[in-house]
Amino acid sequence: MILSRRTLLIGGASGLLAGCDKLNDSPNFRETLRSAEGLTMRAQRLISSREALAREFDPADRSPVFRANGTRNPDTPDYNRLAAGRFADWRLAVDGLVRRPLSLSLAQIMRMPNRAQITRHDCVEGWSAIGKWTGVPLSLVLDQAALRDEARYLVFHCADRYGSRPYYESIDLIDAFHPQTILAWALNDRLLPIPNGAPLRLRVERQLGYKHAKYLMRIEARSTLAGLYGGRGGYWEDSNDYEWYAGI
Amino acid sequence: MATSDPLRPRRDNQPRTDTGADEIVRRHRLTTRLWHWTNALTVFVMLMSGLMIFNAHPRLYWGQYGANNDHAWLEIGSRGESGYLRIGAVTIPTTGVLGYRVEANGQANRRAFPGWATIPSNYSLSAGRRWHLAFAWVLAIGILAYWLVILANRHWRGLLPRRAELHPRHLWHEIKDHARLRFPTGAAALDYNTLQKLSYAGVIFVLLPLVILTGLTMSPGMNAAWGWLPDLFGGRQSARSIHFICAMLIAAFILVHLVMVVLAGPLNEIRSMITGWYRLPQPKPVTVPPPAPAQAAEAQP
Repeated sequence: MILSRRTLLIGGASGLLAGCDKLNDSPNFRETLRSAEGLTMRAQRLISSREALAREFDPADRSPVFRANGTRNPDTPDYNRLAAGRFADWRLAVDGLVRRPLSLSLAQIMRMPNRAQITRHDCVEGWSAIGKWTGVPLSLVLDQAALRDEARYLVFHCADRYGSRPYYESIDLIDAFHPQTILAWALNDRLLPIPNGAPLRLRVERQLGYKHAKYLMRIEARSTLAGLYGGRGGYWEDSNDYEWYAGI
Repeated sequence: MATSDPLRPRRDNQPRTDTGADEIVRRHRLTTRLWHWTNALTVFVMLMSGLMIFNAHPRLYWGQYGANNDHAWLEIGSRGESGYLRIGAVTIPTTGVLGYRVEANGQANRRAFPGWATIPSNYSLSAGRRWHLAFAWVLAIGILAYWLVILANRHWRGLLPRRAELHPRHLWHEIKDHARLRFPTGAAALDYNTLQKLSYAGVIFVLLPLVILTGLTMSPGMNAAWGWLPDLFGGRQSARSIHFICAMLIAAFILVHLVMVVLAGPLNEIRSMITGWYRLPQPKPVTVPPPAPAQAAEAQP
């Protein structure tokens, strides 16, 4: 059999491609790739202060339309009932490793000191939108609930589901106490619309969009992410192997 | 025989006579060769996993923000059973390649770039990111180390064109020679010509640093750490556009580079990048030139 140069080239190239796919399917290789995530997180934290702020923009810099992505309406019976009552019966539970578990109404949260910030929202897909968010700094809520010493992570339990799986996300205490980390109840000076996460969503401005959990129902302080759902700290982390540290 | 110290500068090695007719000289340093093959792998992984990431949102914008409702200056998409690439107001049909194709199993595929161009070949943004963000470390550490080495061993001088070489008449002369595939022979082949210098220096000192910096600019964490990054490029979406343009230019460089290697004699060229030893190309008339030191053989017509 005579191998033409073309056959060799195409054969070689598709062999390499098949090799990449095979590597991609290998758990060991993926674990190696995954180790870059820890390296990236440590490197970013090394060169930036804990308080380093995300850029804040002028009102004129805002996107004309703020794109909503992911779940646009949880559309569960419970959520629909809450939305029909304009979230008057909605409560945010703050529990887990806290000394004073809380149950906060939307009115109570809106009466707390608030912070407004015009920031850029970066989706993992590549697009960005700029909008103004108003909400209570998460640190104030955590101070009220008084975290126990063992608490290391905050888990955000959401009202939306993907099939049978509930959406959830988590951050560590460095991001939780960052001054721009807020529980937002308004977008562009209007109460948070349902596609953007009504009645309350997380803003964690130094990370990608999927970390900004929408439709918040419960904040749980934990010492570890192991043992919760898939154990990787978030819906997309569990189901699709997205990075838990989404600062890049 | 020349010594086998691989870090010894090329000029210190006298051309060595192999068969009596061909001169074989040490051409590439060990550091150059190591960096070359590390990059050959890394750049391919970066390009192909990058195209996978692009497939998640095949639109590019200028400025701070940009999403589906905003104006994209570049877009790859599909309408019905045809694919297209739109740049500004110009729409180019790309059915079968970009935006739309029918797979071997008969299924329509509307991803911007086809599976043979992406890592992994089936759509997975998260896997593409895992590859891209892991190999980005290899690329960045590699070029940093290479810069330090060529600064220390002064190899960078051979990569930057001299002033006289940038004269338009000289450049035009070289372009004509290149287009006629008339390559230098003998010891003159040891020096990079101006076009080579411009493209190698362009990749090493412009494209690679740009692609790394614009990559970092897309990171919200890095934006908070180094606020000057988005300022430098006019916003995150501009940085994303420049990142893509640089990647395409690097791909174009690789294509031309591979064609030139094939035209210049692939076995000799590839061997020189593996072992370091390079056989000097002989002029067409088979008169054996006297074995002169490299500098003295400059007298080319």
